[in-house]
Amino acid sequence: MPVKMFDGNGAAVEAIRLARPGVIAAYPITPQSSIAEHLADEVANGNIDAEYVRVESEHSAMSVSIGAQLTGVRVATATASVGLALMHEVCGVAAGCRVPIVMPVVNRSLVAPWSLWCDHSDTMAERDTGWLQFYCATVQEILDLTLCAYRISEHEEVLTPSMVCFDGFYLSHSMQRVDTPTDEEAWDFVKPYVRRNMYLDPQDVMFINDLCPTVEHTEMKYQQMMGFRRAAEVAKDVFAEYKQKFGRELHTVESYMLDDADVAVVTIGSMSGTGKYVVNQLREKGIKAGLLRICMFRPFPAEEVREALKNVKVIGVVDRSSGLGAAQGPVCSEVKAALYGAGVGKVFGFVGGIAGRDISDGSFRKIFGELLDVYEGKADDCNTWFDVRDDAMNIREVEMPC
Amino acid sequence: MLTYKVQPKGAVSPGISTCQGCMIDVIFRNVLEIMGDDTVLVVPPGCAAQFSGTGPEASVTVPGIQGNLENSAAIASGIANGFKHQGNDHTKVVAIAGDGGTVDIGLQSLSGAMERNENILYICYDNEAYMNTGIQGSSSTPLAASTTTTPAGKKVYNKDLIQIVMAHHVPYAATASIANIPDLRKKVQKARDIVGCRVLHIMSPCPTGWGYPSGKTVEVAREAINCGAWVLLEYENGKVTLGREPSELGKAEKYFSMQKRFKGASEEEIAAAGRHFAERYEYLKKLSAI
Repeated sequence: MPVKMFDGNGAAVEAIRLARPGVIAAYPITPQSSIAEHLADEVANGNIDAEYVRVESEHSAMSVSIGAQLTGVRVATATASVGLALMHEVCGVAAGCRVPIVMPVVNRSLVAPWSLWCDHSDTMAERDTGWLQFYCATVQEILDLTLCAYRISEHEEVLTPSMVCFDGFYLSHSMQRVDTPTDEEAWDFVKPYVRRNMYLDPQDVMFINDLCPTVEHTEMKYQQMMGFRRAAEVAKDVFAEYKQKFGRELHTVESYMLDDADVAVVTIGSMSGTGKYVVNQLREKGIKAGLLRICMFRPFPAEEVREALKNVKVIGVVDRSSGLGAAQGPVCSEVKAALYGAGVGKVFGFVGGIAGRDISDGSFRKIFGELLDVYEGKADDCNTWFDVRDDAMNIREVEMPC
Repeated sequence: MLTYKVQPKGAVSPGISTCQGCMIDVIFRNVLEIMGDDTVLVVPPGCAAQFSGTGPEASVTVPGIQGNLENSAAIASGIANGFKHQGNDHTKVVAIAGDGGTVDIGLQSLSGAMERNENILYICYDNEAYMNTGIQGSSSTPLAASTTTTPAGKKVYNKDLIQIVMAHHVPYAATASIANIPDLRKKVQKARDIVGCRVLHIMSPCPTGWGYPSGKTVEVAREAINCGAWVLLEYENGKVTLGREPSELGKAEKYFSMQKRFKGASEEEIAAAGRHFAERYEYLKKLSAI
């Protein structure tokens, strides 16, 4: 298998090229990624045989994608941050019309304040739009999961679009070695696009997305829910086939040193490597630490999470988005819901890594330190937000009597 | 696949529930008859959504999709590009949207589609407000017209859609009116056979929102042409051609008096509207002379 050097954006473009889209629609809203322009290059160079539609907004990028894929071609688009937020309305249309679009999303912070940097506030805001969500930990995984996402999304019992999410800069601009299938190997795996269920064809007339009365709307949502349920099973089958063909293991959740762990963190995205590094350090000191990485966030692999964490005494879930107003961040909410009633240990939510603030080995050491304090009975609670500056309430104009 | 409960004459099912006196169904019937069966239709929510159907029942015999209020032109662009990629150069893609979905929230996606010269026919039926949702004012609502969001009458002029379209250098654009169906049909036929982004702007008075007896729709639309409130024109390869000269150019009194939405219009406003009609017409006439 050829080895190539890609940054995350390049790996996403390579996966898209291997899937041979017929229509590409993309818009460079700030902050986008270089995916839109790389795709334009690939079309201009003849490496992708596609119509490139240089749309005037992210909203139109998704609208064009929906219209095009309904004619029976695979489409490609990509987005990030506020671009995804602008797309929100039409993301629901793609999902509800069961158009299995696969879209790389470079995770970058939502405004305000303006930021160009990484966090998960963009895709977490889309978590209930009806899209599958995969979160990558390496550039290699961007390529692998994108190729798999086509198979999972387009499966006739799933027909649900996918966001392949990867961290802005940490992955999008990080140059890494990527084992890349040949064009033929990839095509043999991804396979040509086959239109199913809903499509636009004068030879087989249907009207898509007309007004759905209340007597049927619940059932249409039920169908989508069943699509998610099947996606959980199909993902495992597709990952198994991918491993058999290409030798790399993909996961819905990845357990690291959890079998005998007393304390563990739950991570998502590129922070996970740093988390494992700190687990290794703690293990060298004789501390039974572990890590669980959420790779597939939608559908949420609740059973796998429960199984993986069943023996851990104190768990810290690290969210890379603020979850403002919620009891904890979105990943922690999901983990807690999955663990509820399972009789497992204590679960604490941690929020950090906002808008490009690095989640360093030091961050994880602090988090594990707090979890160990609880484990050893020295504390009852953990500090929810980590790596927050001491002068947090004194920057800008905020003045509060606290 | 469609199964027919009733075999319609033409592409639109009988019994479509537009308001009494509404001519949108006449637009749909004529457009779809001329475009033929090998057509895909895009409509946004709004009055046009009557033609998508409800639940398992479709209202038209051609395939289609109801998009969102602001993205008809973008969805149509996607469909056109999907067909193009598959070597299908025969299926026509038609978007039919109201003024709100065109000149307000849909202007951005229409502008993009026009600039890219997408191979679509975009039709705006203009009833000069958001009629389906309860007569809220749009940027197509004219000066002095009362709507539920301009209860004291609109204080500014409407946007000039056809001039916005012409500024995009599309291969073909035209205005039409339900008062002149033969002219409308001729323009749809011409648009059908042109490749690229074609735009038709069709006046369709709304008895519910404009406040006139439902039997008077054609009369009101005709009076709009007479006084210059609505100007029939074609824009083809950069050349503007005007329809016949309005017989009562600039005299807005009769047109205003036919409609309750102008009940609160002051004499100054009526005079200003009349001057606006006349000045706009003279400007378009100069354009047509170039």
